[in-house]
Amino acid sequence: MKSSNPFALWRWEKMFGEWQMFGEGFLRTIEVAALALILALVLGIIFGVISTSNNKVMRGIARVYVEFFQNTPLVIQVFFMYNGLAIAGIRLSVFMIGVLGVGIYHGAYVSEVVKTGITSIPVGQVEAAKSQGFTYVQYMRYIILPQTIKIILPPLTNQAVNLIKNTSVLAMISGFDLMYMADSWASSSLDYGPSYVFAGFLYFMLCFPLATWARKYEERLKRKDTARIPFDPSEEAVTC
Amino acid sequence: MIKLQDVNKYFGENHVLKDINLTVAEGEKLVIIGPSGSGKSTTVRCMNFLEAPTSGQVIIDGEELTQKNKIQLVRRTSAMVFQSFNLYPHKTVLENLTLAPIKLQKLTKEEAIKKARKYLATVGLSEKENAYPSTLSGGQQQRVAIARALATERKIILFDEPTSALDPETVQEVLDVMIKLSKENITMVVVTHEMGFARVVADRIIFMDEGRIVEEGKPEHFFENPSEERTKLFLSKILR
Ligand SMILES: Nc1ncnc2c1ncn2[C@@H]1O[C@H](COP(=O)(O)OP(=O)(O)OP(=O)(O)O)[C@@H](O)[C@H]1O
Ligand SMILES: [Mg+2]
Repeated sequence: MKSSNPFALWRWEKMFGEWQMFGEGFLRTIEVAALALILALVLGIIFGVISTSNNKVMRGIARVYVEFFQNTPLVIQVFFMYNGLAIAGIRLSVFMIGVLGVGIYHGAYVSEVVKTGITSIPVGQVEAAKSQGFTYVQYMRYIILPQTIKIILPPLTNQAVNLIKNTSVLAMISGFDLMYMADSWASSSLDYGPSYVFAGFLYFMLCFPLATWARKYEERLKRKDTARIPFDPSEEAVTC
Repeated sequence: MIKLQDVNKYFGENHVLKDINLTVAEGEKLVIIGPSGSGKSTTVRCMNFLEAPTSGQVIIDGEELTQKNKIQLVRRTSAMVFQSFNLYPHKTVLENLTLAPIKLQKLTKEEAIKKARKYLATVGLSEKENAYPSTLSGGQQQRVAIARALATERKIILFDEPTSALDPETVQEVLDVMIKLSKENITMVVVTHEMGFARVVADRIIFMDEGRIVEEGKPEHFFENPSEERTKLFLSKILR
């Protein structure tokens, strides 16, 4: 008689026999996350920059975008795209809905991160750039945004990690992502334990290296800034 | 070269510039002095549209400076050196000098670097071309900022208290560079409290108080027999 423990060894063996299923879901999750992240970054930079401009209308648009998507649940936004848009005659694949839904949602958060980064740069930088004749778009691109990277990288990484985890919302609309695959294996085999533990492990494998990489990158940038004290032989300490 | 016509500037209720009329000839070295809050910075900042006059005109090179043409006109005519240096901290010294020439004046990288090296030599900092601004002393940073202004090869350089943020022992190295520049045919407008410098370099000195030009004249006039009481009072304080 097989053990009825939900984590019994035979349940694991059975699941790994179906590893392709999890593999497919895992790939799907990576694809959706990668594209959604790109979309979130693009939207986040555009709206983050807009929200610091002098133009009231532009700032208003950015505000509405951020408030709307931050203050309604992602699940509802995705359901709306899945059902609501279909009624309006717009048909999108679940894959596209995943990319758009998650990307637009996180774009709102990235926008706030970018905005914080921009406002933390001393106003003298903009003045220097203007006095040289840089346009708004030029000084954002060459002078202001590059300086924000160090500041915004840690919160941006948090966003990327949250974004990866949030792609699991696709399971709700049969998105064939990792969470969906885990769900369907769990309900068809009744091996809930291994199925969710394994899926969780795979999410961890995506998120943990990312967080680690970003932390290292940030540390390296900081070191680069302080370690460039020029070597002056005349100042070498004389010890006696 | 630069002409201010009936320029008035309000910050809210605060009337900071009152009917400023002023002409700076090509190649002239104009020094602006006056107590804190008298409107010196605002006057120079109107000359490159960092501040927009509330009324009146700023005419550069025969063309009225407006919101519309400010970028093109500034790009052609003027550069600025700030009290707080405002070097781009994410760029090396050389990159600080080449950024505007490459992006705005469409020089090739090689041409821009050649020019940058020439002006770094002018300010005596050739050996620092690969350093980052944060590793330089205040005096060195300001000399780089001057070289950055020179590298765009504009006819006008505006200086707003270039030595006020410096340690006393590094003030002279910056003044020496500026004295050297004053031998060239560059139009210089300099806000400063350095009376020794004003005496040597100025073709003309303007004394401002409470948003008005109170007195103007040659250095000899100012330091030997100023006519206005307010000027005498100010000079007696500052010269001790
Ligand atoms: N951006 C601003 N917003 C509001 N008020 C301002 C602004 N910039 C300057 N002012 C005010 O305008 C007046 C003139 O300022 P300005 O900086 O031109 O004086 P200044 O002669 O350069 O003084 P200082 O020697 O202290 O630099 C001051 O009363 C100042 O408080
Ligand atoms: Mg000032």
